[in-house]
Amino acid sequence: MKVLMSGNEAVARGAYECGARFGSGYPGTPSTEILEEFAKYDGVYAEWAPNEKVALEVGIGAAVAGAKALVTMKHVGVNVAADPLFTVSYTGTNGALVIVSADDPSLHSSQNEQDNRNYAKFAKVPMLEPADSDEARRFVKIAFELSATFDTPVFLRSTTRVSHSKSVVHTETPLAYEDRTELRITPAKYVMVPAMARMRRLEVEKRLQALREFAETFPENRMEINDTEVGIITAGMPYNYAKDVLPGCSYLKLGLVYPLPEKLIRNFAARVKKLYVLEELDPFLEEQIRGLGIEITGKAVFPFTNEFDPGVVAAVLTEKAAPPVKLPEVAIPPRPPNLCPGCPHRGLFHVLGKMKTFVAGDIGCYTLSFMPPLEGLHSCICMGASVGMAHGMSKALGEKGKGKVVGVIGDSTFIHSGITPLLNLAYNHGEAVIVICDNRTTAMTGMQEHPATGFTLQGSPAKELDFSALATVLGIDGVRVIDPYDIKNTRAVMREELARSGSSLIISRRSCVLFKRHYQEKRKPLRVNVQKCIGCKNCLDLGCPPIAWRSFQDQPAETVIRNAKKQEGNSYIDADLCTGCTLCRQVCRVGAIEEVE
Amino acid sequence: MNRKKRGSETKTTADVSAVLMAGVGGQGILRASDIMCQVIMAEGLDVKKSEVHGMAQRGGCVTSHVRYGQKVFSPIERKGNVDILLAFEKLEALRYLEYLKPEGRIIINDLELYPPAVNLGKMPYPTNAVPLVREAFPTVRVVKGRKLAETAGNIRTENTVLLGVLSQWLDFKVDTWEKILAAAFPPPAVAANLKAFHLGRDYREV
Repeated sequence: MKVLMSGNEAVARGAYECGARFGSGYPGTPSTEILEEFAKYDGVYAEWAPNEKVALEVGIGAAVAGAKALVTMKHVGVNVAADPLFTVSYTGTNGALVIVSADDPSLHSSQNEQDNRNYAKFAKVPMLEPADSDEARRFVKIAFELSATFDTPVFLRSTTRVSHSKSVVHTETPLAYEDRTELRITPAKYVMVPAMARMRRLEVEKRLQALREFAETFPENRMEINDTEVGIITAGMPYNYAKDVLPGCSYLKLGLVYPLPEKLIRNFAARVKKLYVLEELDPFLEEQIRGLGIEITGKAVFPFTNEFDPGVVAAVLTEKAAPPVKLPEVAIPPRPPNLCPGCPHRGLFHVLGKMKTFVAGDIGCYTLSFMPPLEGLHSCICMGASVGMAHGMSKALGEKGKGKVVGVIGDSTFIHSGITPLLNLAYNHGEAVIVICDNRTTAMTGMQEHPATGFTLQGSPAKELDFSALATVLGIDGVRVIDPYDIKNTRAVMREELARSGSSLIISRRSCVLFKRHYQEKRKPLRVNVQKCIGCKNCLDLGCPPIAWRSFQDQPAETVIRNAKKQEGNSYIDADLCTGCTLCRQVCRVGAIEEVE
Repeated sequence: MNRKKRGSETKTTADVSAVLMAGVGGQGILRASDIMCQVIMAEGLDVKKSEVHGMAQRGGCVTSHVRYGQKVFSPIERKGNVDILLAFEKLEALRYLEYLKPEGRIIINDLELYPPAVNLGKMPYPTNAVPLVREAFPTVRVVKGRKLAETAGNIRTENTVLLGVLSQWLDFKVDTWEKILAAAFPPPAVAANLKAFHLGRDYREV
């Protein structure tokens, strides 16, 4: 059947079609929908893990028991899962284990644009790279076959453009599920103490050699010989860009990007006059091809950074196009992502931005509060970094840092990798104040469940982690819970905890405004009473989307109401967008903000 | 398993058309481009679309490229090569003009959504967006999408109104649009969306 699917939906479909029924992962753009979609198929067991390392270990366990396991994560998630990755490469997988790494060239929603093809080479694990949705569906099936045949974990690498583009998929009838799990005890294969790991190490090299031979005749390493003036070696999405711009060239499209087929590459190189390699990010293929002693042009002409598009290919490989249309010269105000109207993070970061403290931030919607006007967050490195960084900074500053260092982290991020650094802070007499921005869900990636939401990925009720109780048993001296919709109390508690000696955890708790599960009373939208507004812009300091500045210059003179000497305008609230959270009313000094009747 | 060689195919781009939808998170752009893709598939053509999720949902710009023809490779179009820009908001029309080919056409929803710099009084919202666009590209249609959606009985059908206007420039059967729209919405919303589509399709002013 022909169906329009995203790359992510197609990965889930392919895994289901080939009889995989076990999935684990941690949400992260652009990978999230794979596991969400997989979890919906009949007979599938799938779960969100607290982080990618756990997800991979769960997948390894299932595979060693004989299951076909699918493990999904975004590119930086593989960093977290790298520890088990490098050794499961030695043990092999018994059943089958496919790890999806969804990379993010151009950093659409990430803190870096690392090229995870390097992990395949580093961990000595084969990697497939599809170019569109139907290939994603087919390649995940091939990945499971390879895993079972060669007793190895297999990577399927996607990129944002593959994961989040949609194209036509030809679905096939799913294989009937076959339960191959059983309790098998084979310590020589799975106990990686040095003596046994040395034995398995040899197997890894044998396996790679076998995979190299496989790659030579693998049909998805495909030569397309057309005009032989120019030959392009490429893989994944860039293949599409080149095919659109240069349909007449010759191609070697690699479905398997590691290990590479040496003979096939030599054969292709010999058949074309000028050889290019087209790949986003690192010169991963290029360096290996050069290593074969083949002359090839890649990063000398193509960019190292950002995703490509057909324009990138055209700019390098075609005659210059006709001059473009002259565009209007006008300043276009940027439209960056922003915290939503009614976002519970806004109250907390409004308070933090006004304190003279360093706020070590983390990964989540709240990271956006680094921007003006809130400016309430001063670093963002990786999942969980806030807690360790705040502690390290506070220790290094000593007396100078007393009451001046805060770490903020979301609820899902805290569970992902904030618990161990919080234990470290408690253990090592830390003084930094840690705040969990608990909006009761994994908001940024689209409301995924986690161990404190009370539900699993597949919707069954679950144990609900109690952050206060956890902090207490970790040894944190004081735990406070605040409502970030209450600015006065938020400020008071922050000040008290910063002034106090000893370790401190503040739980800033209010459900994400987009998350329907938790009851939020319907609030009346607010408006600005221009009879009272003095134009002080305090409310604008919240950076709330419905609140706008109306300069007197842009208002008809007869309607201007001036309530202060130097007043230059007044604020306006778009009632259609306002959620009635009242933060602006709380910061208004003259009581000019009132409910719309 | 489909392992058919594709080496013989050499002709592609010339027959591929591209529509770029641009607007702001929450305007129903991804839904609209999904519906357009379904129509294209039902008309027997190949189609690919691309979009960016994630952070863009938080009030940022949202775009969706739709490319279709006998055989499509890239899901995104390069700058200077888009046939039709469907702008759900005026500022976003200006922002993505560079994607249009010289003879490209534009549909602009007559709507202003202020980004933070405008709200804070730091930058003006361009007051002359439509004339500026017209200077560069003569074929511009301006549509009061929200007003037509209200007429259709549901302001959330604004994106369907715009699809209706877009459909005037696309060579797909009305029957196909109607069939796909009827299947794309829950039963209580179908009537309003069909009405919204036809209000857009019959829209003639400007």
